[in-house]
Amino acid sequence: MTDPLRKPVVICRDVIKDYGEGESLIHALRGLTVDIYPGELTLLVGPSGCGKSTFISILAGTLDPTGGTVEEFGLCLHQLGKNARADFRAQNVGFVFQQFNLLPALTIAENVAVPLVIRGISKAAAMEKACVELAAVGMGDRVTSLPNKLSGGQQQRVAIARALINKPRLLVCDEPTSAVDAKTGHTVMTLIRKLALSPDRVTIVVTHDPRVFGFADRIIAMEDGRVKEDKRVQPNIPVEEGE
Amino acid sequence: MYWIALKMLTGDPSKYLAIIFGISFSCVLITEQSAMFCGLMMRTTSQIRDVHDAEIWVMNPNVRYMDDLKAIADTSDIRVRGVPGVAWAVPFYKGAAQIQLPTGRYQGAIMFGIDDATLVGGPQAKQMLLGKIGELQLPDAVIIDEAGFHQLWPNEPLKLGKTFEMNDCRATVVGIFRASLTFTTQPIIFTRFSKARLFAPQYRRSLTFVLAKCVAGESPEVVADRIQTQTRMKALTQDQFSWLTIFYYLEHTGIPMSFGTTVLLGFVVGCAIAGQTFYLFTIENLRQLGTLKAMGMRDSVLIRMVFIQALNVGIIGYCLGIGFATVVGVTMQTLRPILPFFLPWQVLAVTAVAVVLMVMLASLICIRRVVILEPAIVFQS
Repeated sequence: MTDPLRKPVVICRDVIKDYGEGESLIHALRGLTVDIYPGELTLLVGPSGCGKSTFISILAGTLDPTGGTVEEFGLCLHQLGKNARADFRAQNVGFVFQQFNLLPALTIAENVAVPLVIRGISKAAAMEKACVELAAVGMGDRVTSLPNKLSGGQQQRVAIARALINKPRLLVCDEPTSAVDAKTGHTVMTLIRKLALSPDRVTIVVTHDPRVFGFADRIIAMEDGRVKEDKRVQPNIPVEEGE
Repeated sequence: MYWIALKMLTGDPSKYLAIIFGISFSCVLITEQSAMFCGLMMRTTSQIRDVHDAEIWVMNPNVRYMDDLKAIADTSDIRVRGVPGVAWAVPFYKGAAQIQLPTGRYQGAIMFGIDDATLVGGPQAKQMLLGKIGELQLPDAVIIDEAGFHQLWPNEPLKLGKTFEMNDCRATVVGIFRASLTFTTQPIIFTRFSKARLFAPQYRRSLTFVLAKCVAGESPEVVADRIQTQTRMKALTQDQFSWLTIFYYLEHTGIPMSFGTTVLLGFVVGCAIAGQTFYLFTIENLRQLGTLKAMGMRDSVLIRMVFIQALNVGIIGYCLGIGFATVVGVTMQTLRPILPFFLPWQVLAVTAVAVVLMVMLASLICIRRVVILEPAIVFQS
């Protein structure tokens, strides 16, 4: 779906991704074409195996497509070298994972500080910023806790703080509500929606959860590696504008 | 960045300790066996090292090690004295003796005959437990080592004046000294050269070595070469003779093979335990490593992190291992002095090299996994 009034910052054309070869060849994406715009919350939905995870892996620069082009913020990401792509991710991409993927040996403040440390910022400065970010998601009083001492919802808030500490232009959320209860899921999605409205940020949420649909501005439904349906929707929850 | 690596490593104390245990255990095996091997090898040269005054040993050209006794002409000491650069040269006898105790018991012994006039080559004053070296000038006098005394007279306190016979000649103990432990366990007896010829069975030639010292400013190696050229006898410095003896045992006995096998086993066990645990640790952390990779951490940084982790467990395992091996070795040697345990810096260096190899191997296997790891793993459920 294209919007003549706005300029897309993520442009995917005929994206193909195959796994394996010969008889075990699997076509995960079969010529997927889509434009994604900043300042809105885009949901990626579809049954298991339809290629959602593959697609966001390619968008996040963690996987190479077999064919087609993916342009993000004016860069053809998959033509970059391995290190340049790693640097791109460090500077532009924030991740929120289904299983949070916090490092269990680090305190939550240290976890949040990791993306800054990867960018070469000193631990002390990164920790200072991490504490501010944690306070912003309501976890300011638990900075020295280890992840296993937190509930699922708290861990997801920490993961969101970690994703945002770099002020990423692309926020990729993989099933952010699947490992938390309904109430926490609502809180998490409210937070993500608030972040998604930032005008220079692209936010993509992969989900199975129909309760999340109400937070979306746009829903892209996938099936068999293709876009089955791409529609704009009116969010039906109250949100504050801006971040 | 490295604090993340170390926190990940120590985050699971049981696995962390298992890796360290593997390396420490391997270190203990390698250090202990190498130190015992060195101790044994040192014992093969103890009779050479116990002669403090002489710098050069002159012997039959066919001698291959210290116990390979081949006689030389009785005038050899005079010929050596005539070589330029030799300050003095004295006869030195080494041979087997058969002790007969008043009880009728027989016991084999190692007998040294030292120069009658100077007593060069005998035990040092600090080695003497009872009596004095000068008392060898008394008739029938012999000095015996402490272990030998206990072998001849078990459960008796050290005492001078004990007598026995050798080759039907009476010998009286006038001194007891503490000898460096030898490779064999026979009593060591010192007597004058002239008496040694009586105590030992008679052969046409009775001189086995000539001990010599260089004049000040001369190098023992150069003088030894000169003696060799001029007398056509074998002349070696104390170090050269020690190494000749050690190499003989290395080449002609199964000692290096048996100790080497244990050392190798220690290395293999260390590699297996440390490598496997470290590898499992990496496999279990692949998702975390994938997360770091997805967040933009470069492969080179991840590789350095794995090396830091390997270095950490390597250093701690090494320190604990050699510490434990040293304490055990020294304690055992204190309790049972007969146990050979000699820990030169070279053994520590060899163990360190083994540990470096061990952790390198372990980390290389892990690094391969880290490098081929697709960061997209983080999106797999």
